[in-house]
Amino acid sequence: MSEKTIDRRTLMISAGLSTMAGISAASSGKSAGWVERLLKRRFVELSDERREEILAELEETCRKKYGRDDITVSDTRALDGVEFAYGLDLSRCVGCRRCVYACVHENNQSRDPQIHWIRVLEMGKDHGIDFAESDIYYDPEEVPEPENFYLPVACQQCRTPPCVKVCPVKATWQEPDGIVVIDPDWCLGCRCCMSACPYGARHFNWTEPTVATEEINPDTHVFGNLPRPKGVVEKCTFCIQRTRKGRYPACVEICPVGARKFGNLLDEDSEMRYLMREKRVFVLKEELNTKPRFYYFFAT
Amino acid sequence: MEKPIDPDPSPPDSDKLLPGSSSLAVLLVVFITVSFLVLFSIVRGGVGHVTESGGGSRAFGPTEVSGVDFEIELLPGIEDATSGPEDGNFLVPPPPWSESGFFPCSECHSEMEVNPERRELEEMHDDIELVHGPSDRWCLDCHNSDDRDVLRLVNGRLISFDESYLLCGQCHGTIFRDWRQGIHGRRQGYWNGGKSYLLCAHCHDPHAPAFHTIAPLPPPVRPQFLAHQAQGEIQEAAHE
Repeated sequence: MSEKTIDRRTLMISAGLSTMAGISAASSGKSAGWVERLLKRRFVELSDERREEILAELEETCRKKYGRDDITVSDTRALDGVEFAYGLDLSRCVGCRRCVYACVHENNQSRDPQIHWIRVLEMGKDHGIDFAESDIYYDPEEVPEPENFYLPVACQQCRTPPCVKVCPVKATWQEPDGIVVIDPDWCLGCRCCMSACPYGARHFNWTEPTVATEEINPDTHVFGNLPRPKGVVEKCTFCIQRTRKGRYPACVEICPVGARKFGNLLDEDSEMRYLMREKRVFVLKEELNTKPRFYYFFAT
Repeated sequence: MEKPIDPDPSPPDSDKLLPGSSSLAVLLVVFITVSFLVLFSIVRGGVGHVTESGGGSRAFGPTEVSGVDFEIELLPGIEDATSGPEDGNFLVPPPPWSESGFFPCSECHSEMEVNPERRELEEMHDDIELVHGPSDRWCLDCHNSDDRDVLRLVNGRLISFDESYLLCGQCHGTIFRDWRQGIHGRRQGYWNGGKSYLLCAHCHDPHAPAFHTIAPLPPPVRPQFLAHQAQGEIQEAAHE
C-alpha cells in the first residue's frame, strides 16, 4: 500500500517538475524566474557553461546596483597542491587595527550597519590569553600600551569546522585549498553556524548592507568579496579573490609591523613552513579540536 | 543499685549541626551581598555605562580614517624578485632619506676633511640622537669615511644603502635570517612568487631603532550604538 503511494507521489512530483521546466524553457528560451529557483542546483554542482552564465548575471546585477561597469565576478578555483595557512606574530602585533579597515576596504563589508571580519582583542599581560577579560573597544591615544598585548581574531579556517557541520543546507563548506566559504545564494540566514563558531568569526547581514559606489572593490569572487545581500552570513575567506591569484591577503600587506604571515602549507620552502619549524606556534582553543589553519606564534 | 536519672541532661552534640538563627542571619547577609554584586555587574554592562570617550560609540569606514593608504601599488619588477638565500635579489623601495635632499652625501662630504674623532655634532646632523647599542657606537662604525655614499661592513666591503640589511645583519643575525625568510618585517606581492621587502631602516631609524608607538584606528561600534539605515523601517513596522 505505502509503496504504491510513494510511487504515485514521486511520479506526480517528477511529472510536475518536468512540466514546469518544459513550460519555462518553451516560454523564455532560457530558464529564469521562480521555476528555475525551484529547480536550481547548488552553484558548485553546475556545469562550467552554466557557471559562466550565472557569473555574467551576477556581474550585471552588481554593476546595475552600484552603477559601476568595472565590477567583475570570478569563480577562480583552488590551485593544485595548495593548502593555505596563516601566521600571526603576537610578539609584534601592536593593535593598531590597520588590518581591520584594510579588510573592510578589500572585502566590501557593509559600512552601515558596520561589519568587521577581524576583531582585535586587547589583553592584559597580567592575565595572559583570557577571552573573558579581553576588550575590543580599546581606544588609547597610541598603541601598544606597555601593560597590554593584542590578539587579532578572524576566521581560523578550521580543518574540522563546526560551522560547516551544523549548516542545515550545506551552504558553507571547505574548499580543497582549506578556505571555508559560504554560498550567499544558498544561505538561509538561520545563523546556526554563527552559534557553532567558537571564534565569533561569522557575521550576519541584519539589513541591506551599504557600501558607497566609489568604495566598492570591483575585483570580486563569487564566494568572497562579492557584495552580499540582506539576510546571509559572511566571513573571512583569506581574501579568496587575491590569494587564488597568488597575491597576499590585504591584511598581510597593510600590517605596519609585519606581524601577519601567509603561505602554502604544502610547500616546504614557504614562510609558513619555516615559521612552524622555527618558532613557538599555537592555535586558539585547541581543546575544541577544530584544528585551525591560523597559527599564532612568537618570533622573539 | 539503680542509676540516678539525670534531671537535666545536656543536649546531644548532633543538635549543633542544625544552623541556629545567628548563622541564618549570616547566610542572608551573604546572599544579599552577592545578589547586589551580580545586579551591579549587569547594570555596568548597559548602555549608560559607556562614556563618549570610551570608544565604539560611532561606526567609522575605511575612508574616514586618516593617514592610511589602503590602495597598495606593487613595486615595478616584482615578478623577478627572489628571496630566501642570503644573496637573494631582495626587491626594496628606495631607502629612507634617499629622496629627501640629503642624498648623495658626497655633495657636501667630498669637499670636507674626514674627522675621525668622536664628538658632539653641532653644525649638521645635530638632530641625530644615537640610541643604538653600546655607548661607544659611532657614525663611522657603519658609514664609510672615504666615500659617504656607501656603507661599510666590518670586513671592509662597501655596500650601497639599498643593501643596508647586510650591515644590520652583522649583529642581528637571527633577525636577518627571519627577515630573509619573510618572518620578520612586512612584505607585499605574491605568496607564490615575487615579493617586495622593506629595508630595516624603513621601520627602524638606524640611529634610534626602537619601534615607536602609533595611533590606533577607531574601535568597532558597540552594539547599542549600531544605528543603521533600517532604523526608520523598523520603527514604522513597530507603529503599525
